[in-house]
Amino acid sequence: MSLGTGIRLTDLIAAICFILALKGLTSPKTARYGNLLGAGGMAVAVGITFATNGLTHFLLIAGAMVIGAVIAVPAARLVKMTAMPQMVAAFNGVGGGAAALIALATFLRAPAGSLAVYQVVEVLFGVVVGCVSFSGSCMAFAKLQELMTGRPVTYPGQQLLNGIVAVAVLGLSVAVCVSTANWLITIILVLALAFGVAFVLPIGGADVPVLISLLNSFTGLAVAASGFVLHSVVLVVAGTLVGASGTLLTQMMSRAMGRSLPNILFSAFGAVITATGGAEGDTTRTVKSASAEDVAILLAYANKVIVVPGYGLAVAQAQHTIRELADLLESRGVEVIYAIHPVAGRMPGHMNVLLAEANVPYEQLKEMDEANPEFASADVALVVGANDVVNPAAKNDPASPIYGMPIMEVDQARNVIFMKRSMRPGFAGIDNELLFGPKTTLLFGDAKDSLTKVVAAVKAL
Amino acid sequence: MNGGDILSLITVFVLAAFVGFEVIAKVPSTLHTPLMSGTNAIHGVVLVGAMLVLGTASGTGQTVLGFVAVILATLNVVGGFVVTDRMLEMFKVRKPAKEPAELAATSSSGPAGPGTEGGVK
Repeated sequence: MSLGTGIRLTDLIAAICFILALKGLTSPKTARYGNLLGAGGMAVAVGITFATNGLTHFLLIAGAMVIGAVIAVPAARLVKMTAMPQMVAAFNGVGGGAAALIALATFLRAPAGSLAVYQVVEVLFGVVVGCVSFSGSCMAFAKLQELMTGRPVTYPGQQLLNGIVAVAVLGLSVAVCVSTANWLITIILVLALAFGVAFVLPIGGADVPVLISLLNSFTGLAVAASGFVLHSVVLVVAGTLVGASGTLLTQMMSRAMGRSLPNILFSAFGAVITATGGAEGDTTRTVKSASAEDVAILLAYANKVIVVPGYGLAVAQAQHTIRELADLLESRGVEVIYAIHPVAGRMPGHMNVLLAEANVPYEQLKEMDEANPEFASADVALVVGANDVVNPAAKNDPASPIYGMPIMEVDQARNVIFMKRSMRPGFAGIDNELLFGPKTTLLFGDAKDSLTKVVAAVKAL
Repeated sequence: MNGGDILSLITVFVLAAFVGFEVIAKVPSTLHTPLMSGTNAIHGVVLVGAMLVLGTASGTGQTVLGFVAVILATLNVVGGFVVTDRMLEMFKVRKPAKEPAELAATSSSGPAGPGTEGGVK
């Protein structure tokens, strides 16, 4: 029994590590230690598992772990910072898949009829939620990696069909509880995978980060379920922690976007607007576009410039160039700050990571609430590759689908410069009135090219 | 497993849920991405379950399921922690880069150096 007590004890240690890790991750000062503490707890939990009574196949276990690590470490180390969201989606998906496989294997090995109903329920929960998380994450990955369109994919009767699939899964689950037939659980598995795909299809690219967070908490719950199946306290604790905190985090994210979670999941946001609002309307209206030299003059003779970076900046890998420009302007005595919208980039906090990568000083990064009062005193708001997060329609137009989303109030600044690739609407697929405003100047082109030209032009002044 | 065991697991479940809700009550939006990534790594603990399944597997089917589960779970746990650490590493490099600007510029190739660590509060 002493070994069993030892495992219980290390379970406790690991659980404490995970809780402290979560706590650490909520503050910038302690976040890295938090993550390391989590990894330490994981090492304890995994290490002691090797000492479990009656465990065999050590070579296979070690081999599989080596294979996993050999794939994971380079993938995690080499992934570009802009591709971070889909990387997280991928790692989340495989976790869900593992939880589903564990539940499935436990079910298949039990002699028919030997499982109590509550045990079958545990297995089913693990299989269904794990599979939804797996296939949903794969879809999220495909959308963000642009293997498929980032726009919502809709078809008539979509929600009805999803509902039918969900009901079918539930119905078959009840049937499994009664009959415990292997073929039934296989059908459930396939249906759950299909549901994960169908569930993600109508969710637009801009909302995918919130979805990933939700799937993250799903995986947590699936892991907790497999903990029930295997009677493992540490799996239940860690899975539940993630399930609960992930749910809360998902809510925080959707609040940052000014929308409710059901709205994000079920409204196929952006699909209809693209069809009606369309690009055709743009050609009939005039915008003021300028050369890099004009922009350079505006910037160089300003007192205060606020940079509003968006995903376009990240895509163009222009975070280093924007910093070069900012340094140049500062050396001319211009005050430069960065206004970071909570959902700038493709994940909340993503932009902070990207700018940190370019060594932008922490003090220059302002969160939205801090930054908005600053615009009124700014000479220039430089919007680089952002669109929806500066769209005044979110404040002024109750009919707009983004109405209510908190935005950067760049229209308060004396001049607004947009660096955009084209007149195409942003991720949400909505026109931006600000582009046609009298104070607005546009500089078309790839964010990095444009910024490089502006840097050269400022130097030449 | 008897009724007492399932009850104690349910107790653990409920308490862990409360802790999970409470512990991240306030997170600056800056940290949403690393937090998501960090919690993602923590549910990689499913590796423990995968090891138990593979370690007690009998027959080819079981072994294959367990083997694949261990690979997937390892991807989750290792990838999760490494990616999170990479993100958070960048948050830390930033502060010293600001104060002694020249100093940081000369040693920018070695962000993990001891000087960097010392500059962080």
